[in-house]
Parts: sequence; structure tokens; C-alpha cells
Amino acid sequence: MLTSFAGVLFDGIAYGSLLFLISVGLSVTMGLMNFINLAHGAFAMLGGYLAVALMNNAGVPFLACLPLAFLGAAAAGVVLERLLFRRLYEASHLDQVLFSIGLTFMAIAGASYVWGPGQQPVRLPDFLRGQVHAAGLDLGAYRLFLIALVVAIAGALGLFVARTRFGAQVRAAVDDRHAAAGLGIHVDRVFCLTFALGSGLAGLGGALGIDVLGLDPVFPVKYLVYFLLVVTVGGTGTIKGPLVAALLLGVFDVAGKYYVPQVGAFVIYTLMVLMLILFPAGLYGRRA
Amino acid sequence: MSAQDRSAGLERAAATTIHRLPNARWRRPEALFWLLPVAAFFLFPGYLVLGSQVLITGLFAVSLDLILGYAGIVSLGHAAFFGVGAYTAGLLAAHGWGEPLSGLAAAATAAGAAGFAASFLVMRGQDLARLMVTLGIGLMLYEAANRAAFVTGGVDGLSGVTMWKLLGLFEFDLGGRTAYLYGLAVLFAIFVLLRRLVNSPFGLSLRGIREGGRRMPAIGASVRRREIAIFTVSAAVAGVAGALLAQTTQFVGLDTLGFQRSAELLIMLVLGGAGRLYGALIGAAAFILAQDYLSGMNPVYWQFWIGLLLVAVVLFARGGILGGLSAATRRIAGRAP
Repeated sequence: MLTSFAGVLFDGIAYGSLLFLISVGLSVTMGLMNFINLAHGAFAMLGGYLAVALMNNAGVPFLACLPLAFLGAAAAGVVLERLLFRRLYEASHLDQVLFSIGLTFMAIAGASYVWGPGQQPVRLPDFLRGQVHAAGLDLGAYRLFLIALVVAIAGALGLFVARTRFGAQVRAAVDDRHAAAGLGIHVDRVFCLTFALGSGLAGLGGALGIDVLGLDPVFPVKYLVYFLLVVTVGGTGTIKGPLVAALLLGVFDVAGKYYVPQVGAFVIYTLMVLMLILFPAGLYGRRA
Repeated sequence: MSAQDRSAGLERAAATTIHRLPNARWRRPEALFWLLPVAAFFLFPGYLVLGSQVLITGLFAVSLDLILGYAGIVSLGHAAFFGVGAYTAGLLAAHGWGEPLSGLAAAATAAGAAGFAASFLVMRGQDLARLMVTLGIGLMLYEAANRAAFVTGGVDGLSGVTMWKLLGLFEFDLGGRTAYLYGLAVLFAIFVLLRRLVNSPFGLSLRGIREGGRRMPAIGASVRRREIAIFTVSAAVAGVAGALLAQTTQFVGLDTLGFQRSAELLIMLVLGGAGRLYGALIGAAAFILAQDYLSGMNPVYWQFWIGLLLVAVVLFARGGILGGLSAATRRIAGRAP
């Protein structure tokens, strides 16, 4: 009983850290530009497919695929931000929603055109497969790797936002875009770079998540609620908020599916509606 | 935006928009518009099943237009009420009460009650929270229907829906003649009521809420009560549309509650032009007909093109088909001496 609980906790944390990696970019997009981007999952999907394509067609080793997935998704993020997203920062939320649903549909159709509608297999390197015995528990090696990597990335991000000049500019722009622009910060450029970073992290998360979340063309819609939940619960402008939210969400979801499989995804949707009722403006915080 | 910009913008707005009290008289183009589905009945007897899809989806789109186009409430989960209506009518008929009209009434009541309950949750937040609450409610209902397979049939859908004769006279035939006329009659009846509603002072106050919800209390209008009222009406109409689908196809699938349906509904409305009722009908007709034509080739291409269309409409053609038309007529009228 206790070991099964520890196992669920472990799996939940691994799952949650993936969610964090994918959603942290979205939280910045929503905080910085007040842009509702439902297409964020598409960047994660792109990263996943890039990794699969590199591994299967070009024989690139798994670990080398990860930075490439990051770069590919970040590049796609910059291009789309400059060409399309930028035009809609001042638009109504409805327009942003419709626009990003349109992008999502195109991404889904494009992915099933190029890679087919099925699940993509991933072959992990040998040292990431199997179990590690620690403290009387059998822990999946890949999930340990995942957690370690996300801890490292979250720490680096935290330092980046808290200590660097660029991080300070991001925080200033999230707090008050107009005042920040008045102080001479290029909010436009800050946003473009942050968008790229967020898309890149999502792509990395997508590539890392093939083994945990799966990868098929409907990925952006399937996990949309999870990404949005992390953002709503976690709030914007910090790294800690989305991290805590993602971990909670991961643990609750895995525990729900493990202990009460008959209600399935119901747990998470109920959690979502409850959170929104208890915190009507979201822990997200800023009232319009 | 500087104060100067803002006052210039206001002057521009005052110059271009003419604020009239709603004029509820029926105009000639409207009569012509309603002759189209009647003509289609005689001209395309082989396409009546598709035709009733258009009518039902049109009614559904009109229901979303009430909250989105008039009151400015964004919803990503309107299929929830469509599904509640469909399952209510379907379950009634599957368990031995196949009378169509009372089935519609039951569906409207059930969906309206669900909408009334949901409205308290939806009205609490702003755009983003509303989007997510409606999305969450839709997904919750979908999952509930999926898990409660002993009632709803789960993924296999609810079959065994047997309808009695409409008014005790007309049997639902395979060619869809009864279904088409039934759908058209219900759509028209509800449309007349809703047209009256949106042209009433109540409807005008909804537009006021859309344009500036914070100023409405200043003129003594309770925003919250109006939003709850229109949300309930909208949910009831969506429920009727769902019930029509269940009754005419004699089947209820899980997809009646799906996210895809909610998203496509938004697309139709935006395509046709929100906030003018007819836009919803035209958007739904264009969408369903295009889908029928294009997805025959390949459903994946269809999804790609609809996505591209959506992006293009948002970026370049706000107002949709009807918005574009009225802009064009204004331009022509402006040029004429």
C-alpha cells in the first residue's frame, strides 16, 4: 500500500515535471502579452515529431535529438510569432482563441499528413530503460532521468529569470507592459525571445514525453486542458507557480487514474472547474 | 493610446456607427432568405438528409450567437447543452415515449436547467476563466456520458431511439422529408421568437453588455441577471437543436458532446458573422455543405483548410460573410451620389 503510494507519487512527479516543461512557456505568453494561445501544444507536438524523425530517419541518438527538438520548436516559435501571433496581441480574446484553434487544426492535419494518424514509437537508449532500485522502490530509470532534467532546467530558468538582465526585463514586462516600455525596454523583442524560449521548452517537453504522454496528431487537443490548468492554477511571472501547479496536477491525475480508474479523466476536469470557481480570476491573479 | 487618439477614435466611431433603436419589421431580403430552404425542399429531394443537418446545425449556431454575438460571452463548451438535449430526447424515445414535440420540450427544459446552473459558474470570471469553465463543463459532461455507458451507451452511442408519428400524422421516412420539414418548422418558429427577443429592449441591453459591461450598471441594468437569462435561453435552444438531431437521426453519439463540435460551432458563427442571427444560419450552411463536399475527398485536408480559413478570417475578414457583405454594400452606397 505504502510502496504503491510512493510509486504513484513518483510517477505523478515525473508526469508533472513534463507538464511543467511544456506549459511554462504558455504561462509566460499569457502573462506577458495576455494572449490566449490554445495552439501551444502544437509546439510540443512538433518537438516530439522532430525527435522521432531524427531518430528513425537520420539515426541521431536520443540524447542529441533533445536539443535539436528544442531548437526546431524555438525556430518555429520565432517565425510564427513574427508573422502571425504579433498581429493579434491587441485583438480580442475571442479572436485569439479562434486564431489559435485554427493553427491547432492545421497542425493536427499537417502532422497526420506527414506522419500518419497512429502513435509514434520511441526507442530509448539502453541506459534509460529498466528499473533502478532505490530505498526499497523500483523506480523507472527514464522517469528518474526526466525528473532530474526538469529539476535542472527549472533551476536554470529560475536563476535566469531572477538574476539576469533579460530575466528582469521579462518580469518588468509581465508586471506592467506599458511602464516597462516607457523605461526603454524593448517589450516587443523581449516577447519574441520569450515566446521562442517557451516554444523551445515545449518542443523539448514533447520530445521527452513521447514515452510518457504518447505522440499522435491529436496531441495538442488531448492535453490542452492540462496546459491551461497549469497556467490558471500556477499564475504568471514566476517559475515556481507553474512548477507547483504542474506537480500537483501530475500527482492528482496519476493517483486518480490509479485508484479510481472507473471515473477516469473526470478527476482532472472536476479539479479544473473547482479551481476556477474557488479562484474566479484564477491564481493567475490579474483582474481585467 | 493617448487621449488625442482616443477622442479621434470616438469621433470616428460616432461618425460611422448609427445608433438606432431596433427595428423589428421584417424586410424583404429576409423573406427571400426563408424561401431558400423551402425551395431547396422541392429542388433537391435527394439531399434532404443533408438539408436537415444544415437546419439543425443552423439552430445550434443561432443559440451560440445569442451569447457570443449579442452578449459577448465566449464559450468553448456549448456542445454540452446540445448533448444534454440530444440525450434527453434520445433517452425519452428509447424508453418508450417517442412523441416528438413533447420530446423537444423536455430537451429544452433539461438543457435550459443545465444552462441555468452552469451560468452561475460561467459568469464569475472574465474571458479566460469563462473559456476554461465552459471547456471544463463540456469535457466533464463528455466524460460523464462516456463513463455512464449503462445509460448512454457510451462510445457505441444510444441506439433504439424510435419516434412516433409527428403530430400523429407524419411518419419519419428514410428520405428525410418529414425530418426536413419538421426541422425547418422548428427552426423558423424559434428564430421568430429569438428575432423578437434580440430586437427587444432586453436584446439591446445585451449589446450594451457586450460593448461595455462595466458601464451598464450605471444606467441601472443588472449585467449578471441579463447574462444568466440569455445563457439559459441559449442553452435551451441548443438543447432543442440536439433533440432535433436525436429525433431525426434516431441515434445519439458521444460526439454530440465533443470538443470538436463546440470548436466547429465557433468557426461557423465567425465564418457567417456573429451578432446578426442570419450570420449563424449562413455560416452553418456554408460549413456543412463545404464539409460534405470536401471531406468526401479526405477528412484530413478538410481539417487543414478549415484551420487555414479560420486564421485568415481572424486576420483579414473580421465579421465573416455577412460582415463583409454589409461592408461592401456600405461602400457601394457611400460611393453612389
